[in-house]
Amino acid sequence: MIKNISNLGDAALYCDFGTEVNKEINRNVINYFNNLRDSNFLGITNITPSYNKLVISFDLKLTSFAKLKKQVENLELKKNNNSKNNLIKIPVCCAEEFAPDIKRLQKLLKINEAKIYETFFSKNYYCYMTGFIAGMPFLGDMDKSLFARRLETPRVKVPKNSIGITEQFCNIYTFESPGGWNIIGKTSVDIFDNKKNTEPNLINPGDTISFYPISKLEYEKKYE
Amino acid sequence: MKKNMNKNYFEVLRPGINSTFQDNGRNNFYHIGIPFSGAMDNRNFILANTISNNEINNPVLEFAYQGPKLKYIGENISINVTGDVNFKIIRKNKNLEFSCYENIILENNDCLDILSTNRSVYGYLSIGGTFEVDYYLNSCSTNTKAKIGANSGEKLQKGQIIYLKNIKKILPKNKIEYLNSKIENIRIIKGPHFDYFSKDAIDSFLSDEFNVTKLSDRMGIRLKGPKISNIKNTNIKSEGLVKGVIQITADGDPIIMLSDHGTIGGYPKIGVVISADYDKLVQIPPGSKIKFKEINLKDAETIFKLYEMETQNLISNFK
Repeated sequence: MIKNISNLGDAALYCDFGTEVNKEINRNVINYFNNLRDSNFLGITNITPSYNKLVISFDLKLTSFAKLKKQVENLELKKNNNSKNNLIKIPVCCAEEFAPDIKRLQKLLKINEAKIYETFFSKNYYCYMTGFIAGMPFLGDMDKSLFARRLETPRVKVPKNSIGITEQFCNIYTFESPGGWNIIGKTSVDIFDNKKNTEPNLINPGDTISFYPISKLEYEKKYE
Repeated sequence: MKKNMNKNYFEVLRPGINSTFQDNGRNNFYHIGIPFSGAMDNRNFILANTISNNEINNPVLEFAYQGPKLKYIGENISINVTGDVNFKIIRKNKNLEFSCYENIILENNDCLDILSTNRSVYGYLSIGGTFEVDYYLNSCSTNTKAKIGANSGEKLQKGQIIYLKNIKKILPKNKIEYLNSKIENIRIIKGPHFDYFSKDAIDSFLSDEFNVTKLSDRMGIRLKGPKISNIKNTNIKSEGLVKGVIQITADGDPIIMLSDHGTIGGYPKIGVVISADYDKLVQIPPGSKIKFKEINLKDAETIFKLYEMETQNLISNFK
């Protein structure tokens, strides 16, 4: 549950659910997020769930911190309001040119390449949040044997659709962007489709993701 | 691009440094990583549409520092420029000077040259009519990072054609008397990680001057000044941001989030700029100095009411 609600400036609520990162806390955050999206409280302009916080911004012309805080505190939660959340399967091509950090990971983790991929593909991942850049999902948790630190020097450009891992998390770069995560493959699916005018992003907070390997041939077919 | 001869249009002779179409921005997409965007200086955006007698959320052309040079082809049209902007109209090889905040008539073959913003950053061009632009997720605001909104998510390009529609009858030559204030004292409210910083660091943050660096754009303003030393942790678990948030990087430098900011961030938040000072903040150009002053929430809310009243007065005095 929410431990504390404070103000983030004069036009946002900062809801604190704790300091740890785990699914239980995040499910609470997402549950509030889903319930608030159905609430139609006057003036809300954005709701941003993250690992263990929920930021609600509002239009200061229409409501205020005190008013909205009271509404959020008195919100009657529909339990398990997670009908919006899906299981999504994402194909990943692990060809050498798409996995520039796999050699580094073998050394760092002292596990061979085949075992790294076997472990990576054997788990389902939970989407804690999406954002930073449009549509980018933050997924977890990785198997402990694959916990790896970020690159010391982040890349200036990580190609779009790259799959990155760091510590307990993995993500998908939805746009070419700077980044320091260890890149182990590339998906043939556009996670954020800027041509789609409704629901442009494939993965939402609270969704479950499973990755499966595809060959270079299959990867290229998708792009024909 | 093929020109449609039946239409009124601008041809872009020079795109300017960062010219994009903007409106009020888009709400309710932070959770998928899409920020508000929208016109940076909201008051000047509203005044531009007010003078053009447009719907308040009509698209405008926003420019930064150096604006575009546009050739106009079509029937006579009213236009206006807001902000603190130096511009001219070239008509039959003659340079004509005009001022901001008034309706000007643009004639066929006129060339509108928006030279520069004066000791400020953003200015706006509005027309008595509508720029024909694409909408994405309920807004035409261009976000060049996510490549969405008008102009396929890109800045204005040299040689492109901007079609116009719903051209209005020529508007009366009314003017709004408005002076853009150049206050460089920015008022803030304490952020959730205020106690991550030493007392000395906070004293320095609230009393020293900071330089606005060139690494400033629609996403954020980077400041340089005394290092703000962190006594807890230079990183936090990533969490939601809003515009106006001041994060302190691991290097001890403040960055202020602006309208196109990344939706989540992992640096401690020392403060948030009050809503009423946001328009002034975005207009502070690189090379200037700014100072922060801490106020409480109640005062910030009162100041915002005054700011809103002032905007409404400007609008109603014009009409």
